[in-house]
Amino acid sequence: MLNSAINVLFEGKNMYRLIEGLLVTLKIGFIAVVITMVAGFVIGIIRTSKSRMVQLPFRIYLELFRIIPILVWLFVIYYIVPANFDLSLSSETVALIVFSLWGTAEMSDIVRGAIISLPKHQLESSKALGLSIVQMYRFVLIPQAIKRVIPPMINLITRMVKTTALLTMIGVVEVIKVGQQIIEVNSSHHPTIAFWVYGILFFLYFCICFPLSQLSRKLEQKWAV
Amino acid sequence: MSESDPILQVKKLIKTFEGKLVLNGIDLDVYKGKVIAILGPSGCGKSTFLRCLNGLEEVQGGDILLENKSLVNKATNWRLVRQRIGMVFQSYDLFPNLTVIENILLSPLKVQKRNRQEAENQALELLERVGLKDRADDYPRQLSGGQKQRIAIVRALCMNPEIMLFDEVTASLDPEMVREVLEVIEQLANQGMTMIIVTHEMNFARLVADEVVFMEQGSIVEQTPAEQFFTKPKTERAQQFLNILQF
Repeated sequence: MLNSAINVLFEGKNMYRLIEGLLVTLKIGFIAVVITMVAGFVIGIIRTSKSRMVQLPFRIYLELFRIIPILVWLFVIYYIVPANFDLSLSSETVALIVFSLWGTAEMSDIVRGAIISLPKHQLESSKALGLSIVQMYRFVLIPQAIKRVIPPMINLITRMVKTTALLTMIGVVEVIKVGQQIIEVNSSHHPTIAFWVYGILFFLYFCICFPLSQLSRKLEQKWAV
Repeated sequence: MSESDPILQVKKLIKTFEGKLVLNGIDLDVYKGKVIAILGPSGCGKSTFLRCLNGLEEVQGGDILLENKSLVNKATNWRLVRQRIGMVFQSYDLFPNLTVIENILLSPLKVQKRNRQEAENQALELLERVGLKDRADDYPRQLSGGQKQRIAIVRALCMNPEIMLFDEVTASLDPEMVREVLEVIEQLANQGMTMIIVTHEMNFARLVADEVVFMEQGSIVEQTPAEQFFTKPKTERAQQFLNILQF
C-alpha cells in the first residue's frame, strides 16, 4: 500500500505541478525579500533618528505586524479591503503586499538595531573628523552594521519562505495547495498518499531553508567579534 | 586680528546636563603655538570642556571664539570648525572597516575634497614620523592600542588643523604603550602645534605644557605656568591634588 501510493507522485503531471507550486512559493518569497531588503534598509536607517516624531509612526507600523498574526493580515487585505474599497486584488498581489510590509517592518528593526549597537565613539570620531551625516552613514556606520545585519536577515528570509505556507489560506496555488489537491484527488484509492505528499513538501522546504540557516550560522561565527 | 590675540577664546562657558551644572563659567585664552594641559580629578568637567570646543556638546551659555569669531550660535558650521580643531579621544576610535591609510584619508578626500596624491603623500609622511609607515595597509584590528592611538593622531593631523584637542588619549592604554603615544604629542609640541591636552600623566604635562589649567567641579581653580604649577601651585586645592598623585 505504502509503496503504491508513492508512485502517484510520479504519475501524470503531479511532480511537475508540485515543482510549479514551489516556484510560485519561491517567486512570491523572492520578490517580497527583495522589497524587504531595500525598503527595510532605508526605513531602518531613518529609524535611527532620535526624533520621536520620526520614530513613533514606524514603531506603530512595526508593532502592528508583530502583534497581529500574518494570517489575519492576509485575510484583512484579501477579503475586507476589496469589499469595502471596490478594489480587486489577486491573491498573489495580496500575498506580496502583506509579506513585503511584514518583512520590511522586521528588517528595519534589524538594521536599526545593528546601527545603534555600534560603539558611540564611532559616531563621535566621525563627527570630529568633519564628516557629514550622510558621509558618516555611508563610510562608517553602514559598512560596520552590515556584518551585524546579514545573519539575522537570512533568518528573516527563512521565516518568510516558511510563512508562505499560509498563502494556501487565501487561495494562492503554491506548493502546499498543489499537495492538498493531489491528496484530494487520490486519497480514495491511495489512503497513504498524504504521507508521501507531506513527506515531499517537508523535503522541499528543507532543501530551501536548511542551506539558508546554515549560511546564517556560518556567517555569525565568522563575523563574531 | 593681530598676532597677539588668542586663537581661541572661551568666555564664561556654561554647560548643564539634565539640570546639573557641568561647566560653571569657564574662561580661557589659548594663544597660537601654546600647549595647555587641563588637570583635575575625575568628573570635574575637563573632558566635557574639550568636547564643547569641538561642538560635540551643546553649551547653555557663554561664548567660544575662534579667531575672534563666535562659535556659539545656530549659524556655526561645525563641520568647518572641526577641520580646524582636530580631536583625539580616549577610546581607540579608528574605523574598523577601513585600513589605516583609508582611515587617515577619509576626511581629507571626502570632507576637504583634496587631491588624492597630495593627501596620500602627506599621510605617508605623517605615518613615517610616528614610525608606522609600514602599517598603512593594515586593518585596525591588527594593531596594538598604542599603534592605533598614534594613527588616530595622524588621522586628525592629516586635516591640517590649527588646534589639536587630546582627551585622555593614554588613559585606556597598557602602561608600556603610553610612552610611544606621548612621544608623538611631544613631537607636535616641539613643532609649535597649539594644543589642549586633558591628561592624568603629570610628568608628561610638566614636560610639554606651557600652562596648566586645574579644574574642579566645573570651574577653573587655577591657571598657572606649568613649571610653577608643579613646584609651587597657587592654590591649596591644587597642592592637595598633586600630593595625592605623588604617592
